[in-house]
Amino acid sequence: MTNPANSLLTNTPISTDSEWTFELIDAYDKAIAGIAKEYRLDTYPNQIEVINSEQMMDAYASVGMPLGYNHWSYGKQFLNIEQSYSRGQMGLAYEIVINANPCIAYLMEENSMTMQALVIAHACYGHNSFFKGNYLFRTWTDADSIIDYLLFAKNYISECEQRYGLDEVENLIDSCHALMNYGVDRYKRPYPLSAAQEKQRQREREEQLQKQVNDLWRTIPTHAQDEHVSEPIRFPPEPEENLLYFVEKNAPLLEPWQREIVRIVRKIAQYFYPQRQTQVMNEGWATFWHYTLLNTLFDRGLVTDGFMLEFLQSHSGVIFQPAYDNPNYNGINPYTLGFTMMSDIRRICESPTEEDKHWFPDIAGSDWLETLHFAMRNFKDESFILQYLSPKVMRDLKLFCIDDDDQKREIEITAIHDDSGYQKVREALSRHYNLSIREPNIQVHSVDVRGDRSLTLHHIQHERKPLGEQTDEVLLHLHRLWGFDVHIYSIQDDKVSADFHCPKTEEPSQEASAIIPMA
Amino acid sequence: MNYIIDRRLNSKNKSTVNRQRFLRRYRKHIQKAVSDAVSKRSITDIDKGEKIGIPAKDISEPIFHHGKGGHSTGVLPGNKDFVAGDKIARPPSNGGQGGQGPGASDQGEGMDDFVFQITQDEFLDFMFEGLELPNLVKRQLAGDEEFKMRRAGISNEGSPGRINIVRSLRSANARRLALTGGKRKKLKKLVEQLQSEQEKDNALKDQRFIEKLSDEIEYIKKRMKRVPWLDDFDLKYNLHVKQPLPRSKAVMFCLMDVSGSMNQATKEMAKRFFILLYLFLQRSYQHTEVVFIRHHTSAKEVDEQEFFYSRETGGTIVSSALKLMSKVLDDRYPAGEWNIYGAQASDGDNWNDDSSVCSELLINKLLPKLQYFSYIEITPRDHQALWEEYEVVQANHPDGFAMQQIVEASDIYPVFRELFHKKVA
Repeated sequence: MTNPANSLLTNTPISTDSEWTFELIDAYDKAIAGIAKEYRLDTYPNQIEVINSEQMMDAYASVGMPLGYNHWSYGKQFLNIEQSYSRGQMGLAYEIVINANPCIAYLMEENSMTMQALVIAHACYGHNSFFKGNYLFRTWTDADSIIDYLLFAKNYISECEQRYGLDEVENLIDSCHALMNYGVDRYKRPYPLSAAQEKQRQREREEQLQKQVNDLWRTIPTHAQDEHVSEPIRFPPEPEENLLYFVEKNAPLLEPWQREIVRIVRKIAQYFYPQRQTQVMNEGWATFWHYTLLNTLFDRGLVTDGFMLEFLQSHSGVIFQPAYDNPNYNGINPYTLGFTMMSDIRRICESPTEEDKHWFPDIAGSDWLETLHFAMRNFKDESFILQYLSPKVMRDLKLFCIDDDDQKREIEITAIHDDSGYQKVREALSRHYNLSIREPNIQVHSVDVRGDRSLTLHHIQHERKPLGEQTDEVLLHLHRLWGFDVHIYSIQDDKVSADFHCPKTEEPSQEASAIIPMA
Repeated sequence: MNYIIDRRLNSKNKSTVNRQRFLRRYRKHIQKAVSDAVSKRSITDIDKGEKIGIPAKDISEPIFHHGKGGHSTGVLPGNKDFVAGDKIARPPSNGGQGGQGPGASDQGEGMDDFVFQITQDEFLDFMFEGLELPNLVKRQLAGDEEFKMRRAGISNEGSPGRINIVRSLRSANARRLALTGGKRKKLKKLVEQLQSEQEKDNALKDQRFIEKLSDEIEYIKKRMKRVPWLDDFDLKYNLHVKQPLPRSKAVMFCLMDVSGSMNQATKEMAKRFFILLYLFLQRSYQHTEVVFIRHHTSAKEVDEQEFFYSRETGGTIVSSALKLMSKVLDDRYPAGEWNIYGAQASDGDNWNDDSSVCSELLINKLLPKLQYFSYIEITPRDHQALWEEYEVVQANHPDGFAMQQIVEASDIYPVFRELFHKKVA
């Protein structure tokens, strides 16, 4: 207050009360938007929707989709949330934000004015600009058409329910959900469509697809090729990692509408895929900006000390990281890691130490805003950490690296936050966010096209990690979609280490005899 | 451009459909939980909602994931005193890492049940699902309970709010026409006369006659104007009448033996059964009355309190209760208007020669009027004469009569379901 520069600013606080009104939300939004613009945050238009806690639970239950098709699993989610909320075990999030154009942000009516401002800064300017800027979202999601697509999906599925029965559709969606994580393309770029186009194309697709499938499974030999038939046909020619895509295009027995539903689930999985890959960055970016934006508001005298106290308390709650041995420890808090790294990048740019100059010669002392925007646009969690996790952050969070090998009796601490460990910790943490390591690597290997039509998948084991105990159940679902036998072989170092079959096969004696000689 | 939208007034039950889907899918589990709850609950809160637990493994949505084992590395925050190269014992299986240490087995699969709450309505739905009241439902026009207003034409009286404007003006118009009919005729004639008089040559015109005609025309016009444009008795009103709504009514007779052989525990069981039946009737009929009749050697109609809690001793004559029931039926519940249900609970004791009287009474007097009569015998012992007599009744009236034996409190709900399960036509 004694700073003469401050006294020059004659701004009065936007509000002094903790109650919010629509006018105040608007006023805060305008103020924050102004500052966001100075920081060059490029956003979709915002659609701020005030909702009550019950609606928030609804929004939660539908995994953040503003309109989702109906399925029992969302009901389960809802009951779960309702139960924990009513018992007071869980607070609801202050906001939910949807990657769409305009970007939809839900604010809870229970929030105080401070919280509303925090949420606006966090969701409407933080997440929003991330959705618009990050390369993964730009490549893989289409904010303009997602709402349209969800609407199309909802209507299509409810139409199917009426035509083919609830159970039929529910079972199909169950099976698709089981494989949802394996319904994403990692390399091919999908193209955006509007709802009308989507509907049009859906009809064409139905016919087209069925034709192709029929072709593949044609059993009448064409006479010109008679000589070549004896040659084994390799299908698919290349392994396919998008299981749902493979099912949609090639499953022999699916009806056209079933293929369309498989496709819907696949598309939605694809839409959420970038969010799963950028959790740390996305939350870190949004947290960094709500912190920066609100502090700027304060510097300009637009908010009161009380506002700042409430904000800081909530902010420090969000970025709290319990230690590994704390009973509340539940993995690394993405808000903490993201926020700390984002702030650290700014620090490295503004006041680099000798260490920073050594580790980050290219960004130390550069324009922080430019560097931060560049980082936001061009990385995902895995590469972001590999690129920007600095020794200081590792020291601050006291990160250490463990090595857990089931062939050894003890867990070994392989590296800690010291000179010899920085590199290792950084690599290990980056690997931790690599989805292709976190999830088993399963690919379609072959289909016995001319034989029993069985589908064979290969699980390429990573570090000897086996498949979990739910594999058989998932296989049942895949079997339902494929319609014929399904096999999975876990492969480690060119040897089959485990196999799963559906339906559970025949000849247990043979399996047993295969195990005995090995023992 | 930003938009701020108040969505609080939008519907908040977006998840209802999904919730119902969920209940539908786990019907069996919920059914079981409900039936357990019914047996465990105290009588007073038998119809509350219920917490339902479903084993987590039944409800999980499987996905491909890594199992335990293999080689993994991890990064943890909050290092205190580790340095590189330290070795620590593997913590007992909490993080899902490797090892099968002893003592972990309890918690290993100890995933909690998925627990949620169903509402009272849902609870009752599940409780009575698949059950139905046997036999037809009579609907009765009872004149005193519920009404619907129905339009019943037009009336001359009514409140100003009910004025039917079109009808009122139409009748006003008719009245005006009627009242002025003679005058108009006269007027027409006078006007014609006047015209023909005026068309005459000036020389022939009778100026006085014209004047007289003109005066008369003026006069009649004035008279006609005096007929009111709208009169009191022109006003027509829409008439609404109250019409009684047909309602289904049921009366339930609870008959219980209170002789010395019935102890408090037995009575409690009987009470549970009666309450179940009452709840079930209430769901099916808009209006349900209960008549309590208890008996030892003689029967008496009592109120609920006395029915369940007062103590009596003495011998047992079951027919006395049936006689009283028949009398009450004749006095108060004509069979044409009421759906009549009887439920009798007893431990099976009766004067030997009375049992045949009972079956006769049932067959001849009661069953023709009743929708359904159920008899439960609460006894762990062998059946006696009454049961045997009733078996004959059941053989002859399989639709309207049912009997079951109850030994323990936990039998009640299954027996109840047995008695009322939906019969496939």
